[in-house]
Amino acid sequence: MVSLLGIPPQVLFGQLLLGLINGSFYALLSLGLAVIFGMLNVINFAHGALYMVGAFVAWLLLTYAGVGYWGALVVAPLVVGLLGIALEKSMLSRLYKLDHLYGLLLTFGLALILEGAFRHQYGVSGQPYPIPDALKGGQNLGFMFLPNYRAWVVVASLTICFGTWFAIERTKLGAYLRAATENPTLVQAFGINVPVMVSLTYGFGVALAGLAGVLAAPIYQVSPLMGSNLIIIVFAVVVIGGMGSILGAIVTGLGLGLLEGLTKVFYPEASNIVVFVVMAIVLLIKPAGLFGRER
Amino acid sequence: MRTLLLAGTALLTLAGTAIPAAAQVSDNVIRIGVLNDRSGIYADLAGEGSAIAARMAAEEFGNKVAGAPVEIVVADHQNKADIAASKAREWVDTGGVDVIADVPNSAAALAVQGITKDKKRIFLMSGPGATALTGAQCSPYGFHWTYDNYAMAAGTGRALYEQGKKKWFFVTADYAFGQSLEEETTKMVKSLGGTVAGAVRHPLGTADFSSFLLQAQGSGADVIGLANAGGDTVNAVKQAAEFGITQSGQSLAGLLMFISDVHALGLQAAQGLMFTEGFYWDMDDQTRDWSKKFEAKAGKKPTMVQAGVYSAVKHYLKAVEAAKTDDADKVAAKMRELPVEDMFARKGKVAANGRMFHDMYLVQVKTPAESKGPWDYYKVVKTIPADTAFMDPKQSGCPLVK
Repeated sequence: MVSLLGIPPQVLFGQLLLGLINGSFYALLSLGLAVIFGMLNVINFAHGALYMVGAFVAWLLLTYAGVGYWGALVVAPLVVGLLGIALEKSMLSRLYKLDHLYGLLLTFGLALILEGAFRHQYGVSGQPYPIPDALKGGQNLGFMFLPNYRAWVVVASLTICFGTWFAIERTKLGAYLRAATENPTLVQAFGINVPVMVSLTYGFGVALAGLAGVLAAPIYQVSPLMGSNLIIIVFAVVVIGGMGSILGAIVTGLGLGLLEGLTKVFYPEASNIVVFVVMAIVLLIKPAGLFGRER
Repeated sequence: MRTLLLAGTALLTLAGTAIPAAAQVSDNVIRIGVLNDRSGIYADLAGEGSAIAARMAAEEFGNKVAGAPVEIVVADHQNKADIAASKAREWVDTGGVDVIADVPNSAAALAVQGITKDKKRIFLMSGPGATALTGAQCSPYGFHWTYDNYAMAAGTGRALYEQGKKKWFFVTADYAFGQSLEEETTKMVKSLGGTVAGAVRHPLGTADFSSFLLQAQGSGADVIGLANAGGDTVNAVKQAAEFGITQSGQSLAGLLMFISDVHALGLQAAQGLMFTEGFYWDMDDQTRDWSKKFEAKAGKKPTMVQAGVYSAVKHYLKAVEAAKTDDADKVAAKMRELPVEDMFARKGKVAANGRMFHDMYLVQVKTPAESKGPWDYYKVVKTIPADTAFMDPKQSGCPLVK
């Protein structure tokens, strides 16, 4: 069998597939961030914490209410979305007129409070969450063993990513949203309730984070730290893709997942910095990001 | 005026001699600083639990030794060697701290070892694993209490070799501790006649291990050795189950696991894992009693690191009481002289290089059916006697061993 730089091709395929799986997590999380930034101009630092809350809601439902994975897949994003709307209505909405920095500071503070509260209650080692019975086991693809659950994660997140992109770029509701960001006063004059729409958008964006949390629960430990580990990479993804660009977030998320997968084969020690190296290069060459436009 | 001045001078001279004579304890208080990870991936295996254990040791002395009160202070080093070093320096220089205890994360412990050696302060290590702490980097004031990488490698490596598992692949945390653990296990495996198929290094605090596990799976090794700890090990074990590693005939060896990891994984995912432990709460009445008291305060059973902090602090206070001073040289000599006898260690002794020799245990995680209740997690497969559990001080490379 031919080998590429000393790596047999079946290993390479395996790693690329794993990269795609991680990339779909990045895409799902950065999508929510991009939606929120694009529509609200808020840099949502609480995104990672809300992803963690999503996973914890799934765990709490299973442990205390006996609601399994499929129920949690619906309930947890709703809970996180409602929490998001409450945060937006009570705090975030007061900051739109101020500098971006205030929104950033508020959401960062909220993230620390949420993480601290869960850490205090549940410790850092986390809680186990089993893989649902229907998705146990895996397929032998010849070059690697693919757990069914991971395949499901890729399919689920790609579907949601495409659905969101379609809703915002190709439907009437999406057109209202985009118009409201450009000129809220004018859109309001046409009889559309802009503040409600903005709240719902924030709720939807963080619900995506909650959903990613439920998808992640059976793979990783449900731990208060799971969000902060991931959020920095996700921010890098959004910056590389172009702040607020939905397509950019999806494509870059998947692309960086693949790149990270390759790094883990050739030089594993660098696997947690490769994303930031790319970010630095992109910012030097194209400061608005790959898919962003200059503002 | 002149008499007043004279009287004042006399008083001052008297006071000057009176303070050290009364207690022989610097600034009249024994201050013990528990320095560890209180918020990151090692916070459950050490963290506040270690501080609770230190307080329990002090309480047994009525919070007073050699006439001086005992005070426990705590700080978070966030798993960063530079923060650990600056905190240790601050404690010693301005905080009046006499002893630093715990310090998981070998990189942080090596930094603190340098400082306590220069500044002549006792250092009671329970959390770190690097053998260099009692080897080339040993200190007359540094005591390595609970476990070390050699003990982990020797205990687990030998047990698996006896089961006919001879070819290893390592998944290693890429910093001082992981590298040292991999190196010790490699030495042990090779000395027994086994081979090492390869290794992959991952950054500390990795969430996704699938890529590394796939490389390990492809290596054709009999055993995948996890040279990491805490949350990293938990994620790796969980994902190994997902990728069907054990079903395909490879064994997984957690080279450093704690009861907190097993608790986090749940027995379903952790069952059958075999590893080396320094302490288990359910050994005898003494360990059960102490662990019950600990649980009442901490809400969970102690890990070996937390139990080790208790034992080390207790031994230190005993030594201070016997030496009637907190002078580091005298206390260190007493600590080496006195046997270690408490619920954690029976007939333990401290060697010249600072290694505390005590029995270790090879344990296997119970299946959910075998477990009778919460925290009933281990079957003790065998007791590894102290003198074979740890490295012979003569081979440690520590200049203090003659």
